[in-house]
Amino acid sequence: MTRALVIGVDVGGTFTDIFALDRITGEVRTAKVPSTPADQSEGFVNGIAQVAASFADIATVVHGTTVATNALLESKGAPTGLITTEGFRDVLEMRRRDRPKTWGLDGTFTPVVARDRRVEVAERTLADGTTRTAVDPAEVAARAKELEALGVEAVCVFFINGYANARNERTAVAAVREVWPNPFVTAATEILPEIREFERLSTAALNAYLQPVVARYLDRLRGRLQERGGPGDILIVQSNGGLMDLDAAKRYPVRTALSGPAAGVIAATTIATAAGFPNIITCDMGGTSFDVALVADGRSTLTAQASIGFGKVVRTPMVEITTIGAGGGSIARVDASGLLEVGPESAGSDPGPVAYGLGNARPTVTDANVVLGRINAERPIGGKLARLDVAAAEAAIRREVAAPLGLDVTAAAEAILEVANAKMAGAIRLVSIERGHDPATFAAMPFGGGGALHAGALIKEVGLDAALVPRFPGVTSALGCIVADLRFDRVQTVNALVDEVDVAELARTMRAIAAELRAQLDAGDTSIDEVVVEVAFDMHYVGQTHTVSAPLAVGPDDLSTEAIREAFDSAYVKAFGRLLDRVPERIQNLKVTVVGKRPTFDPMVLAPLDGEGADGARLGARRVHALGQWHLTPVYDRLRLAVGTVVPGPAVLEQADTTIFVDPDLEGRVDAFGNLVITRCRS
Amino acid sequence: MDTVTLAILKGRLEQIVDEMDATLFRSAFNPIIAEAHDASHGIYDGANGETLVQGKSGLPIFVGVMAFCVAAVIEKAKARGGERPGDVWILNDPYAGGTHLSDFRLVRPVFRGGRVFCYLASVGHWHDVGGAVPGNYNPVATECFQEGMLIPPVKLYEEGVFREDVVDILLANSRLPTSLYGDLNGQINALDLGARRLEELLDAYGDEAVAEAFDRLRDRAAIQMAAEIAALPDGKVSVQDHLDNDGIVDEPLQVALDLTVDGDRLTLDFRRTAMACQGPLNISRATTVAACYVALKHVFGDVPANAGVLRPIAFEITPGSLLAVDAPKPVSGYTETILRLIDLIFEAIGRIAPDRVTAPAYGTINALSLAGHRADGRRWVLFSFFGGGHGGHAKGDGLNHGNAPISTATIPPLEILEAAYPVLFRRWALRPDSGGPGQSRGGLGAVYEIELLEQEAQGFLFAERGREPPPGIAGGGPAAANRFTFENDGHWQTPPMTSKANGFRLQRGEAVRLESPGGGGYGPVDRRPAEAVRRDVAQGYVTADAARTTYGVDVE
Repeated sequence: MTRALVIGVDVGGTFTDIFALDRITGEVRTAKVPSTPADQSEGFVNGIAQVAASFADIATVVHGTTVATNALLESKGAPTGLITTEGFRDVLEMRRRDRPKTWGLDGTFTPVVARDRRVEVAERTLADGTTRTAVDPAEVAARAKELEALGVEAVCVFFINGYANARNERTAVAAVREVWPNPFVTAATEILPEIREFERLSTAALNAYLQPVVARYLDRLRGRLQERGGPGDILIVQSNGGLMDLDAAKRYPVRTALSGPAAGVIAATTIATAAGFPNIITCDMGGTSFDVALVADGRSTLTAQASIGFGKVVRTPMVEITTIGAGGGSIARVDASGLLEVGPESAGSDPGPVAYGLGNARPTVTDANVVLGRINAERPIGGKLARLDVAAAEAAIRREVAAPLGLDVTAAAEAILEVANAKMAGAIRLVSIERGHDPATFAAMPFGGGGALHAGALIKEVGLDAALVPRFPGVTSALGCIVADLRFDRVQTVNALVDEVDVAELARTMRAIAAELRAQLDAGDTSIDEVVVEVAFDMHYVGQTHTVSAPLAVGPDDLSTEAIREAFDSAYVKAFGRLLDRVPERIQNLKVTVVGKRPTFDPMVLAPLDGEGADGARLGARRVHALGQWHLTPVYDRLRLAVGTVVPGPAVLEQADTTIFVDPDLEGRVDAFGNLVITRCRS
Repeated sequence: MDTVTLAILKGRLEQIVDEMDATLFRSAFNPIIAEAHDASHGIYDGANGETLVQGKSGLPIFVGVMAFCVAAVIEKAKARGGERPGDVWILNDPYAGGTHLSDFRLVRPVFRGGRVFCYLASVGHWHDVGGAVPGNYNPVATECFQEGMLIPPVKLYEEGVFREDVVDILLANSRLPTSLYGDLNGQINALDLGARRLEELLDAYGDEAVAEAFDRLRDRAAIQMAAEIAALPDGKVSVQDHLDNDGIVDEPLQVALDLTVDGDRLTLDFRRTAMACQGPLNISRATTVAACYVALKHVFGDVPANAGVLRPIAFEITPGSLLAVDAPKPVSGYTETILRLIDLIFEAIGRIAPDRVTAPAYGTINALSLAGHRADGRRWVLFSFFGGGHGGHAKGDGLNHGNAPISTATIPPLEILEAAYPVLFRRWALRPDSGGPGQSRGGLGAVYEIELLEQEAQGFLFAERGREPPPGIAGGGPAAANRFTFENDGHWQTPPMTSKANGFRLQRGEAVRLESPGGGGYGPVDRRPAEAVRRDVAQGYVTADAARTTYGVDVE
């Protein structure tokens, strides 16, 4: 029996999405089952059972997980301890001396490791790597025993200047591992050998905090799959959009902090590139937030660092996702000066919009969409509610927005959408125009439940080329699991002037790190078509503290001072416009990435095999308000539309997991892959 | 103009200035801008310099004060025959809408249809601008000439031509010319970008619509501020506090406020404040007004950042007093005085509406500089600000180790400091018992101990709250005072002026120790649950001794 199925699983807060591909027949199956928050592995296997006749047919399971994200957001990690350099046990709690809000000083912060679980040992390394005080392994072991007695389950070892020389830290970690009763011991420099003590410690402490939770979950998952004859090959999506094997995920759980959203961006990239849109901005609109990510030339943008809530800084490469407080549940209000504001306050999805009838009385973006007829009140998506209360939504908008602004209800609802769209447009500008990209060369790609209602407005507001609504917007992240490549990153602080750096030594380090990452890649048993090594430097002019990332065009064999300088000049000009004369350049970090390309996925398998023209797929018509007037608007069954069908606006397209609105001055076209491409009218 | 277009334009304009901030933060050379965000950008009225739009990420204290510097440029340009397209002005004159000499401002007119439509401005704190003390916090300055170079409004670009000669003058007057050159370029980049973005917006919406939006946004800000004031109970409260000394004469300086709420009008009367001092604690009237704006913005978070906010507020400030000085009175220590103004406003509003405010924060930026030469003769200057506790409030305890209310600055990583300068941190820790006691405890300050690794160095400190600690509100107790000591021949010394030290010497292996204040307490201590006190002792935030003597709780 051949194992032919590759299965992508994305576990969200409400639903677990499954996307299965038969590698031999090319057949695709999808499923959506309720998530099981108490033990996500249960919903996980239930979902797989719906697409696989036998678990023995499964070759690989790829998983986008929110276990780490949720543990961080809800502060539900393991009891964690810290062993650190004498004099520095408060680095984690002191942060970088910031505060949660610019205005108002009433913010608070609770570190993931409480102060009484942070202990110190005598040891010190200097900034140049010299050992000033050697660490005593016996003292470290004694401190570890104290932490164990306090009920600590996971421990992190972090020493000042460990990035410059990790010898003391390694000695201490060995001593802890000898006495620690479980494998949950994190060494800061193993996670991130990079200068900046708070960022390194925060990342490492969060890794320790997550390790027991994530490791137990993944073990349960493997157990449940193997019980039923499933595969040993389980891959986990990292925040950088690459995959790692399950054992690596147990060691580096902090790398899964944005696993779920990253999978969505990867899927969007694949679908859009195939459809001829290598430049897209993904738009994921949820209840409280609107998340955008930029993909240029088929590559998503990575950020070096993000914070999951105040002070919980994670410094590992992550798909750059910009979040603003504008979702379907964002509340509209008129402020003290008489100006309409939408969000960031939100009714979320529970109690949610007024129309849900679950207790919220303040109007939201979704309520405006309901009042304007854009959402079908009789058949809400998600399947949780039977119908929506239009009258209640209208009353709330009348009371909170229309009356204070002197507008009628319809105009007020349209104003709410305009302000919300303007905020979303702002987020798109932030990731495109502000980074030097021309929006006219980008398409918006909405996924998740809500984005497709607003895509048309965003095209017009920002001047985007088009919007691309994938055929299955609700299972995009699960699809992303199938198409992602394996990926391992390492950052190593170099801290040397370009003019003085030992190029031969640097090339040796590059080769050594690449070999080490290659070994991690080979440790799993996933089939790989090709291995690609990418090298970049974090560089700046001496005196600057921030760096630019300068990708290197040559391999270690051709490394030279000129090649390094060329990489920097081109990155710097791109970021800031002008080079500075006579200021020496410094290499702060060396960054090596090893990518294991997995067998390519052909998005044609998503294309509809048959279908009908617009008339055949028409469900009926309803009144929808747009551009200042009511239009009797045809409603279509989206999945029944055949390839090549053109749907002129205004039009509403419905499917189980999303509603698409095509504005009166736009049109939609079903492309060869089953995507709906919305553009300005061409006819 | 309909309110929807107005709301959209407001967002677009704010985004432009935010983007200018971000550009400078990323490309600046000195950590005070790059890491501590001691910089700001905005759009200003073409006729009178009033603030139209200010960035959200820049230093809060610059909100408001920049308007006065743009006004100074307008006046100078008038005297010199008017603006030309392509002109960019540069200045740091603290008496022309400045803060202190370290803050260099670039002002650029934006032309539409041959006329000045508005101004863009950029301000950033440069690392070193000459004067007697590296880093420019000269604790014993009695004239601005000892604090650094003073540049009145001059043209950096004249009709698009870069004036290298002006740059040469600037570079020649700094101990750290490369850093200065890098920061200057970052500010030019930010203005270029802002001008490009603004012109795109004007092309899309039309000059008239944007001009109308500027007016309407100011009107709305005034209405909103008035509504916030009207929600406070009417009445008059009087509060006063003291600065330790001016660094020259060891006598406390009174800073006092009589605050009156009358319907939707607010009067801030500072006339009981001391007259100008000899040392660098003076501030200009523009800076005083800006500081009040910052305090009010912390209390009324929703009010926008434009000139309209100040319309419902009357200021009474005595000319020639500590809060309204003229040249050449020294001003480099302005941060300390404005922090005290903010504390006073928190205290005053705390008397009439305690649930609206937090107790005063640690109240001093602790500007420390250590400087010397390396074995190979190269000069080094370590200059940094430090953190402290935030005040307790109705909702809970204060934040441990936060930044000052006038800024959103972060502190440079100690590993960056150790890699850049010949120093070693012995400690970087929270300071137990430094938070003011109360129903809600003030957040903790910190202890930083820094050892010298080179042969010899000279040190300077400019700080406050060494004698009069941050007070509590609503019955809460004061925090621990600031404490600075340094090692000398095996003994720990305290500077004669307590919170100010000028040119003390350190030898290799000796250290300085800075213990910063916490935040003030909120509410009476006897309302703090014993359980909370025990938890504080278990975590080491409060010692067992203090639990017994201050809170009356015995902890084994």
